[in-house]
Amino acid sequence: MRAIYILWLRELKRYARSRSQVIASLGQPMLYLLVLGFGLGSVFQKAGMGSYLQFIAPGIIGMTVLFSSIFSGLGLLWDRQFGFLKEMLVAPVPRLEIMIGRTLGGMTVSVIQGMLVLVIALIVGFRPVSWWHLPIAIGFMLAISLVFAALGVAIGSSLQDMQGFQLIMNFLVMPIYFLSGAMFPLAGQGWPLKIATRIDPLSYGIDGMRAVLLGSSTFSPVLDIAVLICVGAVLLVFGAYRFSKIEI
Amino acid sequence: MIEVRNLVKTFGAFTAVNDVSFSVAEGEIFAFLGPNGAGKTTTIKMLTTLLHPTSGSIRLDGLDPLKQQNEARKKFGIVFQDPSLDGDLTAAENMEIHGVLYGVPHKVRRQRTEELLKLFELWDRRDEQVKKFSGGMKRRLEIARGFLHTPRILFLDEPTLGLDPQSRNQLWTHVKKVNEAEKVTVFLTTHYMDEADRVAHRIGVIDHGKLVTQGTPTEIKEQTGTTTLEDAFLKLTGETIRDESASSTDMMRQFAKMWSGGKR
Ligand SMILES: Nc1ncnc2c1ncn2[C@@H]1O[C@H](COP(=O)(O)OP(=O)(O)O)[C@@H](O)[C@H]1O
Ligand SMILES: [Mg+2]
Repeated sequence: MRAIYILWLRELKRYARSRSQVIASLGQPMLYLLVLGFGLGSVFQKAGMGSYLQFIAPGIIGMTVLFSSIFSGLGLLWDRQFGFLKEMLVAPVPRLEIMIGRTLGGMTVSVIQGMLVLVIALIVGFRPVSWWHLPIAIGFMLAISLVFAALGVAIGSSLQDMQGFQLIMNFLVMPIYFLSGAMFPLAGQGWPLKIATRIDPLSYGIDGMRAVLLGSSTFSPVLDIAVLICVGAVLLVFGAYRFSKIEI
Repeated sequence: MIEVRNLVKTFGAFTAVNDVSFSVAEGEIFAFLGPNGAGKTTTIKMLTTLLHPTSGSIRLDGLDPLKQQNEARKKFGIVFQDPSLDGDLTAAENMEIHGVLYGVPHKVRRQRTEELLKLFELWDRRDEQVKKFSGGMKRRLEIARGFLHTPRILFLDEPTLGLDPQSRNQLWTHVKKVNEAEKVTVFLTTHYMDEADRVAHRIGVIDHGKLVTQGTPTEIKEQTGTTTLEDAFLKLTGETIRDESASSTDMMRQFAKMWSGGKR
């Protein structure tokens, strides 16, 4: 337990200390929120879809949590590069505990990031259907972060060095984002896109957040949370397995 | 305390450790000497559960580090050849994490951290981020951290690399102290033959992955008919310079193994 706690704390300290990184990682969602939210707002409205800012805010929050949690897992590559991974791996602590501590830390950081974007969205005019739904939305952020922090650990344990990073970004993380319905409604697509969006776990996270924050969704929020938890559990087991196999 | 039988490690077609056998008794200081790329670090990685041997057997205090990983890890401490600190954390925080991971009780942790950081002259800088430290300071912190808990076996992989003579002296004095006072078994590698001559009870010489000879420093000098360990070493391993820097084939190897995961 102590090991889990100290490694969780390590992630938080590193986050708190990388102030420039915090600002940089909030800059992108803020830009999306403002430029897309207001820029595409009139087109969206003319199409009879309501306010685009309202629609896109949960998507941008989902994006923030996705990036932040998957990077926390891929941070293993940095730990490997700078050598701290060795220190963790020879410690007389079950590797499962080390992986859990790190992953919980990454999840905490990404939910904090998600909440900061939520605050920014509220400042620029986003309004949830009920303020009482905010804690449930945070619950969805946590579920999204579970899925992708676990995926990040699985990938970070499997890659040997940083060279694979760009590949992962271009062929995994960006598609997950674009296919998730973060930017466009999930209803009314051709079947290829429809299948792709249904495979993407982030779709369910963002749909769930729309359900609680906007009161409208494509799937049911119960299905959303069930899918996230199941996929998260499977990925966590897989990530723990990959992590236990790391050699240096 | 350490029993190694017919240990082999291959990376693809390359054999880094080739049929090595030796044993180190409890309370002994054993120096593992060899030119760059001889296979010393690879051997230590296998002994410390970081790498799976291709074949052969290892026992640490009777435990198999392959099957009883966690029990085996409780037996040893290690100072790595390569950096292993968290640069974003402070010196004190690096010590703290180590102490918690190794289950050192809070009070002992505080007290020993202070002693060790003072000994290696880092106490005044304890609340600074490690990435701001000089190379020598980082190295000293790695060593201080290695002494925070008292293991049964201590692995030191080129611990004096990049240290000034004062710190080197501190280190070997401390190693001798824990060896004598607490009967800690020490397995070390170094490129400084005078150090090995001074502290080691027994020495093993490895070259191209093969153990060339082992014995006490005196035995090895007698064997080779030399007066210094340095001459004995040169006689055993030849005078050609070994270069282990990354060549283009190295880079290709790196690239190929990128996706191969932990298997290799
Ligand atoms: N992961 C690896 N993949 C391929 N070759 C490796 C790997 N690790 C070490 N080697 C090679 O094994 C040899 C022994 O390396 P090492 O044990 O680090 O030597 P030493 O510590 O004695 O200087 C070197 O030629 C090195 O290039
Ligand atoms: Mg080495």
